[in-house]
Amino acid sequence: MSTTRHAEPAVGTPPAPGRKESDGRTTRRPLALRLLARPEVGVFLGAVAVYVFFLVSAPPVREGSAMANILYQSSTIGIMALPVALLMIGGEFDLSAGVAVIASALTASMLSYQLTMNVWVGVVVALLVSLGIGFFNGWMVVRTGLPSFLITLGTFLILQGVNLAVTKLVTDNVATDDISDMDGFGQAKKVFASSFDVGGVQVKITIVYWLVFAALATWVLLRTRYGNWVFAVGGSKESARAVGVPVTFTKISLFMLVGFGAWFVGMHQLFTFNTVQSGEGVGQELIYISAAVIGGCLLTGGAGSAIGPVFGAFMFGMVQQGIVYAGWNPDWFKAFLGVMLLGAVLINLWVSRTATRR
Amino acid sequence: MTSSNHSGAHGAVIADTAAGGEAGALVELRNAGKSYGNIRALHGVSLTVHPGRVTCVLGDNGAGKSTLIKIVSGLHQHTEGEFFVDGLPVRFSTPREALDKGIATVYQDLATVPLMPVWRNFFLGSEMTKGAWPLRRLDIERMKRTADEELRNMGIVLDDLEQPIGTLSGGQRQCVAIARAVYFGARVLILDEPTAALGVKQSGVVLKYIAAARERGLGVIFITHNPHHAYMVGDHFSVLRLGTMELTASRDRVSLEELTNHMAGGTELAALKHELSQVRGVDVDRLPEEKDLTAPVAAPGEGTS
Repeated sequence: MSTTRHAEPAVGTPPAPGRKESDGRTTRRPLALRLLARPEVGVFLGAVAVYVFFLVSAPPVREGSAMANILYQSSTIGIMALPVALLMIGGEFDLSAGVAVIASALTASMLSYQLTMNVWVGVVVALLVSLGIGFFNGWMVVRTGLPSFLITLGTFLILQGVNLAVTKLVTDNVATDDISDMDGFGQAKKVFASSFDVGGVQVKITIVYWLVFAALATWVLLRTRYGNWVFAVGGSKESARAVGVPVTFTKISLFMLVGFGAWFVGMHQLFTFNTVQSGEGVGQELIYISAAVIGGCLLTGGAGSAIGPVFGAFMFGMVQQGIVYAGWNPDWFKAFLGVMLLGAVLINLWVSRTATRR
Repeated sequence: MTSSNHSGAHGAVIADTAAGGEAGALVELRNAGKSYGNIRALHGVSLTVHPGRVTCVLGDNGAGKSTLIKIVSGLHQHTEGEFFVDGLPVRFSTPREALDKGIATVYQDLATVPLMPVWRNFFLGSEMTKGAWPLRRLDIERMKRTADEELRNMGIVLDDLEQPIGTLSGGQRQCVAIARAVYFGARVLILDEPTAALGVKQSGVVLKYIAAARERGLGVIFITHNPHHAYMVGDHFSVLRLGTMELTASRDRVSLEELTNHMAGGTELAALKHELSQVRGVDVDRLPEEKDLTAPVAAPGEGTS
């Protein structure tokens, strides 16, 4: 030991506190560039562009009632796009979100009708079923560690089959019976599917729910511990777990939140149309996911917002109704969606690259 | 040092408990081991951590270092032997439980969530809140201020705490993680190869923080495969090899060459001796021969008094 010059243990003085105010290596980029780097701003500009496009090419869009209609269409997509976006920020997918809406509506409708009970019983049971589906998805994903894509693809197929088969078994039909004359229907319709008058224009209540949920989601995401956890489990599950974030709870609750959204939209559809078509909902999950992605949520998790998907859903609603108002063949809708999705993603990529460079 | 007083008093209390661990030790593993199915990753490992001391765990890749710290930090459970914290036997099922006992781990690769801002990372999992439940929300102002203060105390000055932590350098990220652990009242700090991916200067910065943490009375477990780094700050050295303890000795009973020898495993000694002679200017002729290098394998816990 004496033969070597081994290092003395480092002296125990704490490192000197920083004297300078900044390390001088980062320069602040101009405000405009910093704003453009935010995906929400990109999708907002996209939404404005689509809006202006249809204002010009479809004159009926300029009327108030048309706007109410477009917002209504957006809200039915938007209410589901919110929990789907939160789940995506949390690093997971839910492909069963579309058919889960119908599963929830079918449960409420058939349960109330077949047992001749107050519709509220069906509504509450449907909520439990929806939360249960969400819990199952989340629990399976957390327990097995398999990609949520696979797990929820399974639930998607299961629900799709069960929806059709059970409905046929119970009603001998592909649709449920009309429940509009049952106890509590009027009440439930008021809650889930009423509309109110704003300056002579009928505005659907779902628009209000949509915006309230969006504000709530934004607050939770940015201002609460839970929101912090959502970003953390999506950004790096292992790191989050290592610093004590309850990863299992966060993931499962996010899936259950999608279940809640599915229940809410399902109830809206049930009390709007009085009956439910058991084969519907297929493909809707991709619309929700697209709205979230267009809204700037990172497909791999860890980044995104709640306000972005609001604009994403608005773009979809705008196109869906705008095509009708413009008098075009509505078959073009899906093609339009695809172009918009690709366009939005490319523009987001380009904008964030240009704005974050330098 | 307040913590040593504290542990001294604590030791007196638990000295009577027959089944307890060694008095004065914050964390003690006794013949601990871990098997994954039919693979025995760790076997018969004993380790003691005292306040104000740095315990270095050395070992090559696959020696079982990661398994060892995962047991102490609560990510995995030991399957054999005993594990004491403050003299009481424990078995952690989540990292949260270890954190609540004051055992904080700074991981080499998963210390932080890259996309999240620095201040959110600093408080992740232990966020400051204000307000009553339905409106309970993050106390962002206080968290940003505290994070900035704590980082400045550690000598890390950042322009913008809102920048994603992934934009910081590896050394800065390690330092943020260490500052976080120290701030949250860690009594035992586990550092998983904090210098592995760092350059010379940044490694120096991290080693300085390890020394600073020791001065604050923390017990430090410093995992590394670099004997030079270990010897700079270590008080006690344990070398793992193929899942078992090959050497455990306090600083005054082992030299850097012996450590290196044990790390390299004898056969590569010649090559390392040559390397050392170039890197550190060691007089190779005066280095002991291989047969003289069989270091005294100290009994577990020795060198702690």
